[in-house]
Amino acid sequence: MTEKKSAQTAMHPMFIRLAEKDREPVDFYLDGCSVSGFKGDTVLTAILTHQSSLRQTEKLNALRAGFCLMGACQDCWVELESGERLRSCTTFLSQGVHIKTTLDVV
Amino acid sequence: MIHNEKSGDFKPVIVGAGPAGIRAAQTLLRYGLRPTVIDESPLWGGQIYRQPPAQFVRTKKDLYGFESSRADSLHRGMAEILDQIDYQPDTLVWNAQDQQLDTLRSGRTLTVNYSHLIVATGATDRVLPFSGWTLPGVFSLGGSQVALKYQGCAIGSRIIFMGTGPLLYLVAYQYARAGANVLAVLDTSKLTDQIAAVPAMFAQPALLAKGVYYYSWLLSHGVRLCHDVEPLRALGDDRVSSIVWRDTKGEQTLECDAVGFGYALRSETQLADILGARFQFDIPQRQHLPVRDDLGRSSVPGVYLAGDGAGIMGADSAELAGELAAFALISDTKILKLTQSDILRITEIQSLQSKSKKFRAGLERAFTFPEQWGKQAPDDLIVCRCEEITAGEIRKAVVELGATEINRVKAFTRVGMGRCQSRMCGAAAAEIIAQTTGLDISEVGRLRGQAPIKPIPFVTDVQVVPDVIRGAP
Repeated sequence: MTEKKSAQTAMHPMFIRLAEKDREPVDFYLDGCSVSGFKGDTVLTAILTHQSSLRQTEKLNALRAGFCLMGACQDCWVELESGERLRSCTTFLSQGVHIKTTLDVV
Repeated sequence: MIHNEKSGDFKPVIVGAGPAGIRAAQTLLRYGLRPTVIDESPLWGGQIYRQPPAQFVRTKKDLYGFESSRADSLHRGMAEILDQIDYQPDTLVWNAQDQQLDTLRSGRTLTVNYSHLIVATGATDRVLPFSGWTLPGVFSLGGSQVALKYQGCAIGSRIIFMGTGPLLYLVAYQYARAGANVLAVLDTSKLTDQIAAVPAMFAQPALLAKGVYYYSWLLSHGVRLCHDVEPLRALGDDRVSSIVWRDTKGEQTLECDAVGFGYALRSETQLADILGARFQFDIPQRQHLPVRDDLGRSSVPGVYLAGDGAGIMGADSAELAGELAAFALISDTKILKLTQSDILRITEIQSLQSKSKKFRAGLERAFTFPEQWGKQAPDDLIVCRCEEITAGEIRKAVVELGATEINRVKAFTRVGMGRCQSRMCGAAAAEIIAQTTGLDISEVGRLRGQAPIKPIPFVTDVQVVPDVIRGAP
């Protein structure tokens, strides 16, 4: 059975932009939906300004939204639809990227 | 610059482009040594003086506050020497052996040789978990600061900061100043401890004054400040929705949608570890740290330690330690000689460092480590967020399987074996083992570091050695 616990269940964004709001927009796809962020956003920022989590854990399927934001905790790895995995807090958002934040659990 | 034709024989490498790494690089250059500087970040500055991406517009004053002139001096210092050094940003050192580092940049591995190595790897938050800390919306204090400084974002719209340490009030202040809604600062230390620590902190009155300023500013701007807090749990389903804690007034609950927490910092010692440096338990920092002499020489010849990566002393002290390590390296070449004024500078730095040490002792007093944490941690508390291992599982490995040493406990439970390689859970796991065994925290052992220091992608550009050559008779 496939349980798809969508990271979007809580549609409220996690992060609130307080500054640097006048940057060049970057369009990307988040779980199939076309959305946008800004040039200079990390992938983590780009996702968390739209929703409140990034991934699910392998063992307990718990939702996670990153933790240390400086490349140490490794809790913000996300998958691209191409299958490539990236650490979202240290990777800049690029135009047209297809990001997957849901996990198919068998 | 001192010219010496022999200086070209040396290949010094510095790992880390924070305060320590940058000052070390500048100092080496003055003696004609052109270091390679390897850094994980895309821009130099380290964590405390982390620079935002190129197109961001906030001023250094906005970003670094009272520290803006220091940040500026450091950033400029590095900018001025970029064309004279081999600067490798976005590069991870993931393995090391004698005179050789394995690095990873843009999916490619590359071996970098060195004659001398300065390890300036910095620090991350020291984490002591509470129930619900793995919920989305709970971030480390340092991480909360990165969100604001590096991305112009607040971690949420109703924020609680919790834990203890100087960063607690600094981050809360920076958030509130930037327009974020900071509901409360929950400090696990006692206000009486902070007052008692004031005399020691007069060793560096300017730093003390800044701390007092942040505190008073928060107080006068209506941010709720609580002391003597015992964090009990974060509640929420898909993200944190409230924090429950106990203080002198009893059990309290406050609704929120984000939490930043941490208990001061812990050193990033993995590189020193796999290089074989000797470690010693440091009582105030409750961490095994690589041993260094008064200039920063490790126990491994040719390997030097500088900055928070070898014990938390703060950014100002890290700059000085970077300079000292470079002086040690220069004099160890036996060919280059330190100038008279630099020999005097060593004495000057050492006297500044001893003031720093006094101040640090004050900080340890003001922001006491919650020694009762291990006892209070409930059995169902997830300690290791990578492998989702609970305090109860750790205790079971101690009680039922007789493991009293942390590497044994790791083998039995997988605590510390996940992707973060114990960066987030190591301190907490050690506390629980100590509490369960009754051993002193210094006696439960040290998790051994191993390569790769951080996860490296499975698909890397590996150089293929043809089988015909390898298998030739």
